[in-house]
Amino acid sequence: MSQIPLDVRDLTLRYGDVLALDGATARFPKASMTAIVGPNGAGKSSFLKSVLGLEAASGEVRAFGGPVADAMARIAYVPQRAAVDWSFPVRVIDVVLMGCYRQTGLLGRIDRRFQAQAMACLARVGMQDFARRQIGALSGGQQQRVFLARALAQGAELYLLDEPFAGVDAATEAAIINVLKGLQAEGATVIAVHHDLSTVAGYFDRVLLLNRHTIAEGPVAEIFTRDALARAYGPSLMLAAE
Amino acid sequence: MDEFLILSLPPMVIASLAALACALPGNFLLLSRRAMLGDAMSHVVLPGIVVAFLLTGSGNGWVMGAGALCAAGLSALLIEFVTRRARMEPGAAMAVVFTAMFALGVVLLEMTGTSGIHLDVEHALYGNLETLIWLPGPPPELARLALIAAGLALALRMVWRPLVLATFDPVFAQTMGIPVAWLRAGLTAATALAAVAAFQAVGSILTISMLICPAAAARLLTTRLPVQVAVSLGFAVASAVLGYVLAGYAPLWLGLPYTVSASGMIATVSGLMLVGAALTASHRARARL
Ligand SMILES: Nc1ncnc2c1ncn2[C@@H]1O[C@H](COP(=O)(O)OP(=O)(O)OP(=O)(O)O)[C@@H](O)[C@H]1O
Ligand SMILES: [Mg+2]
Repeated sequence: MSQIPLDVRDLTLRYGDVLALDGATARFPKASMTAIVGPNGAGKSSFLKSVLGLEAASGEVRAFGGPVADAMARIAYVPQRAAVDWSFPVRVIDVVLMGCYRQTGLLGRIDRRFQAQAMACLARVGMQDFARRQIGALSGGQQQRVFLARALAQGAELYLLDEPFAGVDAATEAAIINVLKGLQAEGATVIAVHHDLSTVAGYFDRVLLLNRHTIAEGPVAEIFTRDALARAYGPSLMLAAE
Repeated sequence: MDEFLILSLPPMVIASLAALACALPGNFLLLSRRAMLGDAMSHVVLPGIVVAFLLTGSGNGWVMGAGALCAAGLSALLIEFVTRRARMEPGAAMAVVFTAMFALGVVLLEMTGTSGIHLDVEHALYGNLETLIWLPGPPPELARLALIAAGLALALRMVWRPLVLATFDPVFAQTMGIPVAWLRAGLTAATALAAVAAFQAVGSILTISMLICPAAAARLLTTRLPVQVAVSLGFAVASAVLGYVLAGYAPLWLGLPYTVSASGMIATVSGLMLVGAALTASHRARARL
């Protein structure tokens, strides 16, 4: 039975007076790769957090045919900015091993197998040479890649990535998109907030245009139109493009 | 029995156990930037002990310990309340709550004349380590602290992995199904337990120092958490033993006619260890450049 990895209906979220999401609705088919696109403050990050239950939003979210809370083991999330203490005494490899927590559990031994798995995940994002560095002793882009490696170590089926390309160089961006396409080929579903409109069509096969509510969603070719973008961003974007 | 075994060994072991019990939660307080909580917990113990004594009339260590734990629990709730309702930063909320509760304890002490049994303000500050001798059996503090130190070590071993995760990256921990809020409350409870146990033996000043100094010193010397915790435990025992010995013997060696407070000396030694660690760390950082 093929259950849809993520189905979001009428997601609404308020922060005090700010209406961050106003009935956002979207479906993400299995093994699809979707870009969430919209201006700053459109509620893209809020959308991902609400889906995960990190913010108390109203609406209905179903993952793999059931409540999200029951499917968390199959979902990996990389936030826009990890809210961590960078001086914390952990090394890069320790951070990636955190992604194996569901397998190792409370007391299970972290044996060679997990070490090798974590190193392989680091290698996929090109960070294998930094495994023994303290997490704070990295550049911002390198830190971002470590958190992506941790998400890979989770072995999830649904990846929610908030701006995975922010602050990474062109070569790394190409490496990361390869990793994501590899995940997709393995049958995983990828959803990423993405700001660079020029690469949306090359990287992704679906788009969710979001500005508090869903402006449009569907295959890139159908949805990624001038008209829809104008509705998401307002007419100024079109002026700038012309 | 040898004089050392009767007079010096029990207090030294008690101080070491108190230091160990405190250093365990201390490491995580420091990492979650809640070091002030140790300060708060070791101060609110006083009103708890006084009220427990007034209500029961018993000077039993377990009864007073229970009173102290109640006060610690109450103050933890008060701190949460003040932080949320008054929108105060947590450090300020803790400072407000614990100074108010400590002052209340002092007033209660003075008003009710409970100071007859060893419950006066000086003892609240410095404890009564020197009186915890083998007489004729071990002092009750010994078994109590051993039990609590062992219990805390075991509990920490059990929740180590989720606790590290929740402390480092609470959002990620939440997506991994780790009960972040419960772990936070558990750390508060562990701190209260360690603080209460240590307070009864060594007083509030040394308790604060034992909660924070060994962990802070160890933190400066390593980038690996298991190493940090191990080193902090080493520092804890070293400062207890060294401090006790120095307090008893250093004045003799110097030809002075008196001894100094063991608690005070232990706190001083752990402070000096922290300074030493800071100097070592900055020296190393310079050597790396
Ligand atoms: N914790 C918060 N408290 C109050 N308001 C918030 C909070 N987080 C976000 N907001 C508001 O909610 C709206 C949506 O924010 P969100 O972070 O989801 O936007 P975004 O689309 O991810 O933007 P960006 O492209 O800049 O990352 C914004 O107006 C923002 O100001
Ligand atoms: Mg965002």
